[in-house]
Amino acid sequence: MTDDKHLEALAPQGREPLTLINVREGMFGAKGDTSGYDGLVERVQMPGASERPYGEWFDGVVDILTELLGDAADQAIEYVVVDRGELTLYIQRDHLVDVCRHLRDDQDLRFEMCLGVSGVHYPSDTSRELHAVYPLQSITHNRRLRLEVAVPDADARIPSIVSVYPMNNWHERETWDFFGIVFDGHPSLARIEMPDDWQGHPQRKDYPLGGIPVEYKGAEIPSPDERRQYR
Amino acid sequence: MSTQTPHAPRAFVEDPDAPEYTVYGADWSEVVEEAKRLGQQRIVVNMGPQHPSTHGVLRVMLEIEGETVTETRAGIGYLHTGIEKNMEYRTWTQGVTFCTRMDYVASMTQELAYCLGIEKLLGITDDIPERASVLRVLMAELTRIGSHLVAVGTGGNELGATTIMTTAFVAREETFRVIEAITGLRTNNNYIRPGGVSQGLPEDGVAQIRAMIPKVKAKLDELMALQGANPILKLRLQNVAELNLSACMALGITGPMLRATGLPYDLRKSEPYCGYETYDFQVPTSTDQDAWARVMLRMEECYESLKIVAQCADRLEQLGDGPVMVADKKIAWPAQLTLGADGQGNSLDHIRHIMGESMEALIHHFKLVTEGFEVPAGQVYQAIEGPKGLLGVHLVSDGGTKPWRAHFRDPGFNNLQALGIMCEGGQVADVVVAIASIDMVLGGVDR
Repeated sequence: MTDDKHLEALAPQGREPLTLINVREGMFGAKGDTSGYDGLVERVQMPGASERPYGEWFDGVVDILTELLGDAADQAIEYVVVDRGELTLYIQRDHLVDVCRHLRDDQDLRFEMCLGVSGVHYPSDTSRELHAVYPLQSITHNRRLRLEVAVPDADARIPSIVSVYPMNNWHERETWDFFGIVFDGHPSLARIEMPDDWQGHPQRKDYPLGGIPVEYKGAEIPSPDERRQYR
Repeated sequence: MSTQTPHAPRAFVEDPDAPEYTVYGADWSEVVEEAKRLGQQRIVVNMGPQHPSTHGVLRVMLEIEGETVTETRAGIGYLHTGIEKNMEYRTWTQGVTFCTRMDYVASMTQELAYCLGIEKLLGITDDIPERASVLRVLMAELTRIGSHLVAVGTGGNELGATTIMTTAFVAREETFRVIEAITGLRTNNNYIRPGGVSQGLPEDGVAQIRAMIPKVKAKLDELMALQGANPILKLRLQNVAELNLSACMALGITGPMLRATGLPYDLRKSEPYCGYETYDFQVPTSTDQDAWARVMLRMEECYESLKIVAQCADRLEQLGDGPVMVADKKIAWPAQLTLGADGQGNSLDHIRHIMGESMEALIHHFKLVTEGFEVPAGQVYQAIEGPKGLLGVHLVSDGGTKPWRAHFRDPGFNNLQALGIMCEGGQVADVVVAIASIDMVLGGVDR
């Protein structure tokens, strides 16, 4: 597929596009397209950065956090995204621990709990392939926000936030196990779900699904990711 | 008979000179004698995997000094089935069949969180028919009762109190009868679907629910009588496996374990979904922060859930017949199924329509079922109050018909991290109590 064939980027809600989730080519088939739409290329983007006012309590939280971070704020907070009533802060990885500490400790923020870290792999998002998503929960103020850190596949390292949120210990191990993101400073970043000697990180998009071919009457059913399917 | 097997595969202790014993039970004295003879300083006991008291396949590594546990580590992953990865290759609707199998003791909890997440992504949260929401609440609460009964029942069984287990399971069976009559299945129901539920109530549904409530209540009363004044049970559970509020906050503990420290944190109250704010129920708490408090809280929560179930029955009666799926034909799978003699659920009207009346309807049905519906690109986080604590779902859509990423924050996975702090310094026998009081299910922990 050549670049000039790429259609204009889809930017939901008319915003500047942010994360490139996927580049879809064609509409149907296993390898190649059988629908006649094989020239179709769709670049799917995440909702882009929002502009003020963000609404609800979002402005206040971003203001307090910016004030606490001081000069580092511009660098630390890459983007602020409000989508579907949820606030996402894209954080530059070097500032993640500071941001978490402020969010946990300041009396007007008080995000006491981190509900884990969910890794997401976006192979098309050049030099921001791996994302770590941290939902933070404030019990005091009954609020939830999301921190998102994007790192390149070639240098998949994020500082561990276990020193701030001890509950993230196993969650970071899981994300290391499944996505290969190294959490620097984690007390013992061992695999947790897969066996210790496992090769590779299974939830990355480039990891094959590894279905077992089922044979009957001379036919063979390929694994689900190699079957003909809608795109 | 215990044997010293120097060449057995080594697991926990790296030292190649450390002797290893394989114990088959009832031969502990020989091991202790042998260890005494060798002057061994450090005894590491491997409990599980496949220990009947560990709610699935859990491995616990204990370092002991006499009867005292000095170090505890939990090893998980034995039930990892790659559900989250598999969901990325199925349509959004098919994903329900996968996530229901995570925590198989509380199947519909995952279904509910997942479907609420999809609906938030689609922006149709407010379009869900009220009947569907009431049925969801009904199922969530019946599931909660079932899950708590398993927690309490197996917890008793693990201490040798078989009657607690059998009584709890009889009560759970009553909830299953109603669940089966409505959903067609006892567990792994695949009932809650994006946009609503798969079918409405059977004709005598409300009557069945109402008939069930006193039966379950009677069994709960029996369980309370059996446990409440039982001196042995109290000795085993009181002041055991303590975890205070600050430890809970540090370890992100939610659910009955957190409420046993006095914090009334329940998402049904703090962030109501499915109209929970309109139901009348209490959030029981305790300040004893031990295993006993957790058992008693689970029992009290069962009574509160029964109150909600009764309110659901009233509302269902009031609402009468009506849709249980969103009106949007682009999303709605056929609902209002009827259970055939072969146990399969079909919507006869729908089949008549697509097979006999409208070619376009047949095409649409085929496309909807094989291709699925498209969900606009973006991500959401949906959290609900599961029986075991906060169940969170992180969903990412690439605008296609399958999830780009579906991640479940199982409360058991998070809460199991507290095992060490609850066991270390206690007795070996209390490890079993601690595990039971966490109430995790390894299917959900490992996914």
